[in-house]
This record gives sequence, structure tokens and C-alpha cells, in this order.
Amino acid sequence: MNFDLTDEQLEIRSFVRELAHKEWGPACECWEQAGGIPDAVMAQLAELGFMGLAIPEEYGGNPYDPVSTALVIEEMAHVSASLAICVAVHNSVGTWPIVTFGTDEQKRRYLPPMAKGMLGAFCLSEPDAGSDASHLATVAVRDGDHYVLNGAKNWVTNGARAGLFTVLACTDRAKRSHGVSAFLVERDAPGLVLGKKEDKMGLRASDTLALTLEDCRVPADSLLGAEGDGFKIAMTALDGGRIGVGAQALGVAQAAFERAVRYSKVRQAFGSPISDLEAIQWMIADMARRLEAARWLTYHAAWLRGEGLPFSRQAAMAKLYASEAATFVTHRAIQVHGGYGYVREYLVERFYRDARVMEIYEGTSEIQRLVIARSVLKEGVAPMA
Amino acid sequence: MDFHLTSEQLAVRSMVHEFAETEIAPIADAIDAEHRFPEETVKKMAELGLLGMIVPEELGGAGLDYVAYAVAIEELARVCASHAVIVSVNNSLLCYPVMTFANDEQKRRFLVPAARGEMLGAYCLTEPNAGSNAANLETVAARDGNDYVLNGTKLFVTNAGPASLLLAYTVTDRSKGTRGISAFLIEADRPGVQKGAKERKMGLHASDTREIAFVDCRVPAANLLGQEGQGYKIALDTLAGGRIGIAAQAVGIAQASLEAAQRYANERVQFGKPIGEFAAVQDMLADMATQTEAARLLTFRAACLKDQGRPHALESSVAKLYASETATHCADCAVQIHGGYGYLADYKVERFYRDAKVCEIYEGTSEIQKMVIALNVLKQFEGAA
Repeated sequence: MNFDLTDEQLEIRSFVRELAHKEWGPACECWEQAGGIPDAVMAQLAELGFMGLAIPEEYGGNPYDPVSTALVIEEMAHVSASLAICVAVHNSVGTWPIVTFGTDEQKRRYLPPMAKGMLGAFCLSEPDAGSDASHLATVAVRDGDHYVLNGAKNWVTNGARAGLFTVLACTDRAKRSHGVSAFLVERDAPGLVLGKKEDKMGLRASDTLALTLEDCRVPADSLLGAEGDGFKIAMTALDGGRIGVGAQALGVAQAAFERAVRYSKVRQAFGSPISDLEAIQWMIADMARRLEAARWLTYHAAWLRGEGLPFSRQAAMAKLYASEAATFVTHRAIQVHGGYGYVREYLVERFYRDARVMEIYEGTSEIQRLVIARSVLKEGVAPMA
Repeated sequence: MDFHLTSEQLAVRSMVHEFAETEIAPIADAIDAEHRFPEETVKKMAELGLLGMIVPEELGGAGLDYVAYAVAIEELARVCASHAVIVSVNNSLLCYPVMTFANDEQKRRFLVPAARGEMLGAYCLTEPNAGSNAANLETVAARDGNDYVLNGTKLFVTNAGPASLLLAYTVTDRSKGTRGISAFLIEADRPGVQKGAKERKMGLHASDTREIAFVDCRVPAANLLGQEGQGYKIALDTLAGGRIGIAAQAVGIAQASLEAAQRYANERVQFGKPIGEFAAVQDMLADMATQTEAARLLTFRAACLKDQGRPHALESSVAKLYASETATHCADCAVQIHGGYGYLADYKVERFYRDAKVCEIYEGTSEIQKMVIALNVLKQFEGAA
């Protein structure tokens, strides 16, 4: 047993860390104000291989092991949670399902452009289907060599830019979750109607849309996997996505923590730095231990995945714990900053807003607890070996 | 990064698991009810090498690493926390400082028999007026020719009754503050060693806790551990490693609580279905499982650092703080899930609940751990402000 990152993982981390702090960090507050990540940055991400982390080399990808991928997401989130979620979603639920369930033809058609920066988006949630994700109203009806899709999708991350949308729809309502199928819908498919960008509390540089499918005709070979495979595809993709959200939460929490500690050492009150005050030390300790726990839950889940071992429960634990740690840590970071923490210049205000959604998307905390509890009840609780 | 236990660590786990289930489980409730130190199983644990796990083989020990040690303590605590603390104190608080700071002669006289379980060790630091403030000792050791004469009272001494070897911290030069503290190895049958009555504790009934008074207790200078004035350093170094043992003990209690709750939630039927199907119970199980997993990872993390000879004070405190609070939380939830039955001695979780609480107190209260964590974090950020 050892907890050390490999040399390669350390190298990846320090590469992204430097990039994040030197190039993106100074600008990313402007991205938030402007409501988007600049095209040049998106192009840079693709050039550096960060859009192909789940794609095999033969399709132009730059495959990283899951721990390295988590490190990339974490370091990006350290400066911009918006950037991190854009990359995390593209890799985990944008490209990974195609890599895993796609036909050769689908892989050849979509993966090389996606590795080069054509963004992927994942359309599962609907106005009336959030946590109850198999209860979809969107339908896909076979019509000769095509399927015709109708319905509405919500909370589509990367929606404004995406070139390819993976859409979950009912092909056989009687079969419930086994009647859900996944379709690869290109941006210019007739009947794919994109809504306006949502006005969110945080992650303002990440675009989130609602969209509708209005007699949207897609060729039959747009079906990903077999008919009825959709829910399974979605759930396995989300298992991986949860590690990404865990890593994102970790990055935001770490950034808030570092700012809080630094501030506590320079801010004077009652004749000495506030870091001398027990109340502040308490908050530092409570932040530190949650961060450590979140870190190892996240890396452990990623490592299990890399080893080809079951990781669904651990991914849910990482996502649940890290997201709650992030809201806790960012909250305390504001508290340490006092009034300054409530104003934009000190950034912890943004971290606090950004962190909040991590308890909600890619499965709410309530859904994570359901996933974990069902697994515990059914499979027991053998300690890690 | 590799979270797999080694084959040796796995072998230790299965050996201790088997021993705990076959030898300890049948007596655990009885020794708790009778407040009885389990001499018979302690003797068997000595034969298995559990009393000197971390001591090199050439010095009478089992030569195991700290991860294996943590695994063993966890497995003992899973069945009986008293057994875990008996072993933990002998290994962490007695054998460790002797193997680290003693001269060869002392190792031969004290370490070899302690590691073999021929001498059982106890650690005498806390005093009536020196608890969290461990430097505020009143026990004195005055030089007199080739001897020191000890006077003072030590409290909360684990293993005190059966102990044949004591490690006592005393003041040899009050003017030097913490640099005037010295540690002595004292045979418990020396004149002037007075053991008090057994404390009546909330939990850990099978662990023998007493006051020990030194009344003109004459100890040869050859029994001084390390140098005069080195005692406080020895105490701190020892406690940092000792916290790994307590963290592992807490993980074992949490694991036992989780297992009991999982079983009961599947068996107990109310409103026509197992209570594990209710969200209220699932929420508790999910948090228990997540926290137990995190606590175990943090404990192994600290143990790995110790095995690698790297700094681990921060990580040991994080593990101890997190794991002990996890143990009390999990034991509390386990009682809650059992309802009225959980309040009865018959269901074991009642014992887990009582045993867990002290993990937040001994070998440094949670408050002291937070202080250690905060000061270490602030030190890491020195120059970074």
C-alpha cells in the first residue's frame, strides 16, 4: 500500500497546476463575468490533449489513467470550477460512453473530432425527471431507417458549444428503465432546438441549457449500444462522472482553504494575526480534515476504476463527501475572511457559489446516499483489501 | 499509488480476524459485564506476536509495518475495543519509544520481554493537573547518587493493574520547562509504586485503568529512557504514532457498528418491509459507510507515512480526530437503527456506543488534535502568505 502519486501523475499535476495559475487563473474571474470560457482557451485545452482523456490514441485521444484525469480536473477547479466541469463532462459523459459502447463507425466518426475539441454534452435530465432519471418523457420512435425524437431536456452542461449531444429517450415505455435508449444527436440535426443559457448562482462561465427535440430525425445508426441499453449507459457513465465531480469539489475546496489560511496569517486583529485565535484554528482544522478525507475518497475511487475493480459505491462516496466538504470549506473560508469574504475580489465568494451545485448535479447527495445504502444493504461492508 | 494491502498485511488481517472471532467474540460481552481484564486472551495474543507487532523480529517482535499494525488493531476493535487498546498501548506507547530511544541494554532488559508479552506495558503521562496540557507535569524525579527518586501521581493509566513495566514522564528540571521533562522505565514491582483502585469507566470495561502513584520510588539511572530532558520529545513522537493505533481502534468500532446496523436493517421488518428500505435508515447507513471508508483511508495514509519514515504528525491527528468522531457517529446511528433493542446490552451496539466515546478523548482529545492540525497547517504555509 502506498498513497504516493506516480512520477507521471506528479508531472501531469504540476503541468496543469502551472498552466492554471499562470495562464488561466488571472483571467478566469473575467470568464465568469462574461459568462463563458474564451475560444482560445478551449482550443488550447484540445491542443494539450485534455479533451481526449478517455479516448484511445488510435482515435486521436490522449488517454490518462483515472487518477491522472482526476488530478487534471482538480487542478483546473483550483482556479475555475467552470473550466473543470466543462472538461470533466466532455470526457466522462461526452466521450467515454462512445468509447465504451459505440460501434467502430461511431467511434471513427465522432471520437477524433471530439479529441480535437468538438464538445460533448449529455442529455438525461428533463423538466419532470431529475433524480428519478428513468422516468423519461422524451420518446424516440423508429421510422424506417430513422428514429424520431420528441421531448425536452434540462441542465445540459456544455450545451451552447457542444457538437454532439447524447440524448436519452424512451423507446419502449412498458419496459421502464430497460426501455430507455441513448442516441448520438449532432448539433445540426433538424428538430434539435437549443434554449437560452440558464442564469445560475455559480459556474457562470460554464454554459447550461435546456433544449427541445421537435420531431428530431436521426439516422438509426445514431443509436448508442442496443435499444434498451440507455439507462445502463447513463448510470455507468455517471459512475465515472462522479469521480470527476469529486475531483472538482476537491479543487474548489483546496483553493478556498489555501486562501483562508493565507488570509488568516496576514489579517491582524486584537494585536496579532487572526491565525493565533483558537476560533480560526478550529476552522482551519475542520477544513483540513474534510479536505484530506475528500481527497483520499476521490483518489481511491479513481484508482479502483483504473485497476478495473468495482468502484460505483466508492465513486458515490467520493462525490457525496467531497461535494459536502466543498460547501463546508468554502463557507468557512468566507467566515475566516469576514466582510471581505462577501465581496468578489477575494474569490472565496465565487468558490462558495460554485461549490453549491456539486451537491446537486450528476446525482444529488440524496441519490448518492441511496446508491451507497443500496450497495451496503445488498453487498455488505467488507473493508478494502 | 496502490491501495491494495500486501499479502503480508492481508495475512495479518485474516489471522487476527479469525482469532478475534473465535477467541474474543465468545467472551467479549462477559468481560464487559464483569469489568474483567482478559488475561487468557492477552496471553494468546502474546503468543501470536500481537503485543510486539511493530518491534523488529530480532528484538522479540513480529516485525510488521504500521499498516499491518493498523489492520490488526482494527480487527481486534471490531470485536472488542478493550482488546484493541490493550494491544495498542503496549505497542505504540511502550514498545515504540523503547525501540526508538532506548540503549541496547535497555532494549534487552525491557523491549524484548515487552514485545513477547512477558512484560505488559503501561504509559504514565497524564496527571490530575496535566491532561491536554501535558507539559504541566508535577511528578518529579530527583537525582540521588546513581538513582532517581520519583514522587507524584499519574492518572488514567491504561493496563495499569496487570502492567509489569511502566513508562513514566517526570520533571527533572522545572526551570527548563518542556526541556526539563525526562522519561523513565520502571518495573512495576519496585517499592514506591502504588497502584490505585480500578476506575469505573463508561466503556472499555475489560481494559484496566488506574491511578498510579510514585512515593519515594527509587529508580536506577540506567532506567532513564534517552537523555535527561528528552522526555517531552519522546512523549510527542510516541503520541503521534499512538494516534494511528487509536484511529485504527476507532475504525474497528465504526466497522462493527456498520456491520451490525446493516444486518439489522435487512432483518427488521416494520410497515411491511425491511427498515433498510426506508430513506431515514438508508441515509444513516450511507453516511456511516462513507465515513468509515474515509476514516480507514486516513488511518492507512498516516500509517504509510510512518512506515516511510516521513513526517506524519498532521496526518495522524487528522486520522485520529476523524476516525474517533466517525466511531461515535456510527455507534450512535447503529443504536438508533436498532431502536429499543440497541439500548440493551444483548445487542452489542450498546457496548460499541460506550466504547467509542473515549476515542475522542484519550491520546489527545479532539480539541488537541484540532490544535495540532491547525498549527501544522499554519507551519506549512509559512512564507506563503
